[in-house]
Amino acid sequence: MDKEQYKLNRELAQMLKGGVIMDVTTPEQAKIAEEAGACAVMALERIPADIRAAGGVSRMSDPAMINCIQETVSIPVMAKCRIGHFAEAQILEAIEIDYIDESEVLSPADDIYHIDKTQFRVPFVCGAKNLGEALRRINEGAAMIRTKGEPGTGDVVQAVSHMRMMNSAISKITSMRDDELFNEAKELQVPYELIKYVHDNGKLPVVNFAAGGIATPADAALMMQLGADGVFVGSGIFMSGNPAKRAEAIVKSVTNYKDAKMIAELSKNLGEAMVGINKDEITLLMAERGI
Amino acid sequence: MATGILAVQGAFIEHEHILNRLGADTIQLRQKSDLYKDFDRLILPGGESTVQGKLLKDLGMFDILKEKIESGMPVLATCAGLILLAENISNDTRTYFQTLPITVKRNAYGRQLGSFHYNGDIKGLGTFPMEFIRAPYIEAAGDNVEILAYVHNKAVAARYKKQLGFSFHPELCSDNRIHKMFLEL
Repeated sequence: MDKEQYKLNRELAQMLKGGVIMDVTTPEQAKIAEEAGACAVMALERIPADIRAAGGVSRMSDPAMINCIQETVSIPVMAKCRIGHFAEAQILEAIEIDYIDESEVLSPADDIYHIDKTQFRVPFVCGAKNLGEALRRINEGAAMIRTKGEPGTGDVVQAVSHMRMMNSAISKITSMRDDELFNEAKELQVPYELIKYVHDNGKLPVVNFAAGGIATPADAALMMQLGADGVFVGSGIFMSGNPAKRAEAIVKSVTNYKDAKMIAELSKNLGEAMVGINKDEITLLMAERGI
Repeated sequence: MATGILAVQGAFIEHEHILNRLGADTIQLRQKSDLYKDFDRLILPGGESTVQGKLLKDLGMFDILKEKIESGMPVLATCAGLILLAENISNDTRTYFQTLPITVKRNAYGRQLGSFHYNGDIKGLGTFPMEFIRAPYIEAAGDNVEILAYVHNKAVAARYKKQLGFSFHPELCSDNRIHKMFLEL
């Protein structure tokens, strides 16, 4: 990927800011998501909660199913490939996906190496639970970052903890003396230039969304107030009682995330939220995949 | 007086930073109550036009802003913003303000792999760095619309009365000439 394409890819993520990216498994769900105000959809065969329930090996979705969703909506379409599975990523690029999520939600294909994302023209988003992971993914060519959270749980605690860890590491670096940055680069196993960028700008060089366990308008507002540029909602919408209404409410809550009165109205009568499981009740921690 | 920047979704901070660097005050327009604050210019930023259009209507902002544009408030619209202003959208049944007599095509260059950078000429400004991201272009324009730029024989910038619309994203480069032009409208 040349520099110009990487810039365009980071800029597409900028256009998604202040928006909600929703997991969808069928063209019908994609339509509901678009009409509810999603700024992009993530096309996948099973939402994380069902992947968790089904167990086994979870892979890239059928390209025919992704094509179908691309035909249905006019907003950007994203899809997931397994960590390290560059052949799946090549297939997603070949069907002209707008963004690839190299995702810990699927079973990892490589337990050491992530995809060299600089070899692709299509942009990548990657999960991270702390600043080191985020900067390592960016160094590999990711044009957008999201917190890992704990997908498929409806429990926001991990997304909160990942966002807070990232923020506190950023403020620590911002307040460092110039001569301390070299050691920080060594500690985080990332190039000095990226640490220097964070030091000078007080933020990541790419857009950072919240993901993993967001289920209510209040969860979305919480993540936005913690500094997220936007949110991904996976299982939270189509596992709930009234997906269209909940999706709309989360979209509006992201736009007016500081207006508690409006969010109170938006939170009324949304029907049942996804049941949710907390991280102590699950045996598989997806966030531990790919560090 | 300040410039109101539509801030319901998309890349609005980028516009705010440029205007602030030029010494202009800005306010973010996120909900209906923001529209009663003092502003005499409007920016419609890039983002997803479907999301912005829906939120404008659902949040009760649409009619008030449409009236302001129709009564001559200067507007700078980029990418999704251009779609919001367009009278017709050739490949979509949804339309929004319809205050700019042009027909645009959404995602006219295809998906993200079709996004590109181009140094093109803008009438009155000269060469300008243009970022096209899943961009629209202008397929047809009314008699009184002045086309300000063409790229690969497609119209990508237009002026009509006090409305300035661009297919690309001047807010993503360090060149602030388009924002200056807008502040002088």
